[in-house]
Amino acid sequence: MPSILVVEDSPTMRQLITFAMKRIANAKVIEATDGVDALKKLSSEKIDLILADINMPVMDGLKLVSLVKNNQSYKDIPVIIITTEGAKEDKERALAIGANAYLAKPIQTQELIKLVNSFIGS
Amino acid sequence: MEKDPVITRRVDEFLEIFKKGEEFTKDLLRENEKLRFRVAQLEEATLSSAAEEKIRLYEERIKKLDEEINSVKERYLKVEEENKDFASKYVEVEEINNALANLYVASYQLHSTLDFDEVLRIIIEIVINLIGAEAFAILLIDEKTNDIVPVSADGIPLESVPKTRIGEGIIGSVAKEGESYFAADITSGGDVAQGLPIVCIALKIKEHVIGVIAIYSLLTQKEGFTNVDYELFNLLAGHAATAIFSAKLYTQSERKLTTIQSFLELLKEKPKR
Repeated sequence: MPSILVVEDSPTMRQLITFAMKRIANAKVIEATDGVDALKKLSSEKIDLILADINMPVMDGLKLVSLVKNNQSYKDIPVIIITTEGAKEDKERALAIGANAYLAKPIQTQELIKLVNSFIGS
Repeated sequence: MEKDPVITRRVDEFLEIFKKGEEFTKDLLRENEKLRFRVAQLEEATLSSAAEEKIRLYEERIKKLDEEINSVKERYLKVEEENKDFASKYVEVEEINNALANLYVASYQLHSTLDFDEVLRIIIEIVINLIGAEAFAILLIDEKTNDIVPVSADGIPLESVPKTRIGEGIIGSVAKEGESYFAADITSGGDVAQGLPIVCIALKIKEHVIGVIAIYSLLTQKEGFTNVDYELFNLLAGHAATAIFSAKLYTQSERKLTTIQSFLELLKEKPKR
């Protein structure tokens, strides 16, 4: 059963993404409200994929990606960034840090599911 | 030596019979030859007729098979067409499903709290994350003054959003008529100071307008509105208005309750003095 960590400070978006992820067969969704919360969840749960927003309090998504990709235990976990920052340079910056994919809001659920499936292979 | 006439006659007779026999044999042989030829001819005719029959049968079979192939091809094309139809319907159903999920989440969140600020925050989240607005403001009608007052904004400072009056400009007209406004060109952006939004949604409880959501610009990646966006606008028009109204009433009643409780506390304390 693949575990997906949804890191998003907006409860509406978190619920929306969780809703979409639950439609992926057997996926277990774990929610985190910011980067620090996500790191806590990473240390206590086995995570197969991270979906993270960029603009979050306490620790933003880019810092989280950087920490995940520089950690031997987590570096192989794919990270998909979901953000309102749709500019080309924002995407390039996120991918340069180590994000595996970049999706601009407002998200198209089908596109998100397709992308998630391409990483967890269900 | 003289030939015996009897013997001679008999020899002649024998020779005659022999000749006749020879001729008869020859006739028989000729007849036999003819018959053999005829038999050969008949055999050949029979074979040829059997082959023709086989050819006819094969031709019939080929025709039937051709018909079957054509029928199978037709059915295949029909099934392919149906498959395409099902695939497109599946995509359509998926889109509707996703749209409904978005609407459900938005509606669920809007009614999940009675805290006024929380309701405003949820409206902001919906407008940013589900609609894709970059700069917008929520304005509510002050029923005492008839002013339309900005109460929350995102992407622009709240102070930059001017107060307006019912009936004045786009925002005032939307507040007066209750009909949402969509600019013909939504990509170039509106003007906050001039009170020119690209989209203005009336927040209504039935026909009673309590405020508006004025959108001045969309996220760069948002090129236009989809059907789901219009559904969300409709949902916001009704549900956001109800959520705001309920939260305001709740806040007011809470405030009144606190006042009354404080008053009661005071009354309780009096006898002690």
